[in-house]
Amino acid sequence: MTTASLIKEPGTVLYEDLLAAGCHWSLRMRKGSVLKIIDEQGGANVGMLFYNPDNLLERYNAPDTLKCQHTFKLTKGNCLYSDMGRIFCSIIEDSVGWHETVCGNTTRQIIKDKWGEKTYQDHHNDWNQNGYSSFLVELAKYGLGKKDMAANLNLFSAVGVNDEGDLQYLENNSKAGDSIELRFEMDTLVVMHTCPHPMSTADEYPRKPVRYQIIQGAAVEGDDYCMNFRPENGRGFKNNEIFHLSGGCSHD
Amino acid sequence: MIKESGLQIEDASFREKVDAGDYFIKVVKKGQTFRILDIEGNQAADTLFYNANDPAERYSAVDTIREQGNVYLTAGTKLLSNENNIMLEITADTCGRHDTLGGACATESNTVRYALEKKCMHACRDSWMLAVAENEEYGLSKRDITHNINFFMNVPVTKDGGLTFEDGISDSGKYVEMKAFMDTIVLISNCPQLNNPCNGYNPTPVEVIVWD
Repeated sequence: MTTASLIKEPGTVLYEDLLAAGCHWSLRMRKGSVLKIIDEQGGANVGMLFYNPDNLLERYNAPDTLKCQHTFKLTKGNCLYSDMGRIFCSIIEDSVGWHETVCGNTTRQIIKDKWGEKTYQDHHNDWNQNGYSSFLVELAKYGLGKKDMAANLNLFSAVGVNDEGDLQYLENNSKAGDSIELRFEMDTLVVMHTCPHPMSTADEYPRKPVRYQIIQGAAVEGDDYCMNFRPENGRGFKNNEIFHLSGGCSHD
Repeated sequence: MIKESGLQIEDASFREKVDAGDYFIKVVKKGQTFRILDIEGNQAADTLFYNANDPAERYSAVDTIREQGNVYLTAGTKLLSNENNIMLEITADTCGRHDTLGGACATESNTVRYALEKKCMHACRDSWMLAVAENEEYGLSKRDITHNINFFMNVPVTKDGGLTFEDGISDSGKYVEMKAFMDTIVLISNCPQLNNPCNGYNPTPVEVIVWD
């Protein structure tokens, strides 16, 4: 069997799983694979961070992601950058239109203040888990801690800003069935949780599961939408190309 | 919000000029007030804060803007840590608005923003790398170089979700002043960036002034 025959057709769903509400998980995505996340019920929030598994000091950088693309919101065409000028992944499809990366996480205290405390002791896995603790648990699996917790993505959630700079949480930003597809441009450790957005105005702790799929990606051509979305992204892709030339990815 | 300080320079306990392209690192004690003075105007001071007794607790841009419900920093802003504790409060500000979305320049992000050939131009993160390497007693490393404040920098967000880099709104003699609520390591890179208007394409010195 040749190596080529092991590679599935682009678009093939290689794996699919449901991540329950208020949970956390992590996985390593290979360069060229796509992570599709689907909002099952509407109103989901997915906190997410990225690290280079071969050098955990390289991590998702929200300020660089925003300023490199002169944007405050993230949607199709945007690339998600590391602090080393490389692209972890590109948003190749997005039915939502706006994902935010400046509002951080719920903490135990925020959850308690908004919706009351529900402990594991009393509620088992229907407890009111928080995003900050969720990230700490996943990060610790890789020897990382709170020092390593950069400003995270909140997929499916939108926060706008008026002329005075006031933040406005947008209700019902994501509908049932909405999805986002991230195509990985380098091997990436993905850390994520499904805890509520810290500015959620829901009356009850929102329990919103998401489905995720790992999909075989297509080759990135020169006319790629994300690569050409901004001139900066072309240079970001070039940085990735140099990284892989110099052995950045041992199996590529 | 413009708010002038009542403090007098002659009463200060510490003054130090920081040239563009240099770093500044010092512990400001709980209860002390410190000022960053934009001497010649239009100069970005990229700043990070750490709890001096536990540097894993540090300034958190996302917690600060979420809890105040506004993306800009000015007089009255409480600068929060990643543990949601108040580290400092901005007590005076004659500039009126400071950025905490744009992050610091780095040689690598410069390649993306401007040109791959610009990778060896001096950048804020290089100043911080030198700062953590030359001052091991603080126990800081690259892990600690996080999402910072850009004092005197103007990065407006638009209603439709854009982010723009505008000419600075600071001017010669403008300042921002903060009172420390905990013993705080102050780490500043006086920004050497030559490729955008954050320093008016002409980086100039700032002064750090501390009152007991």
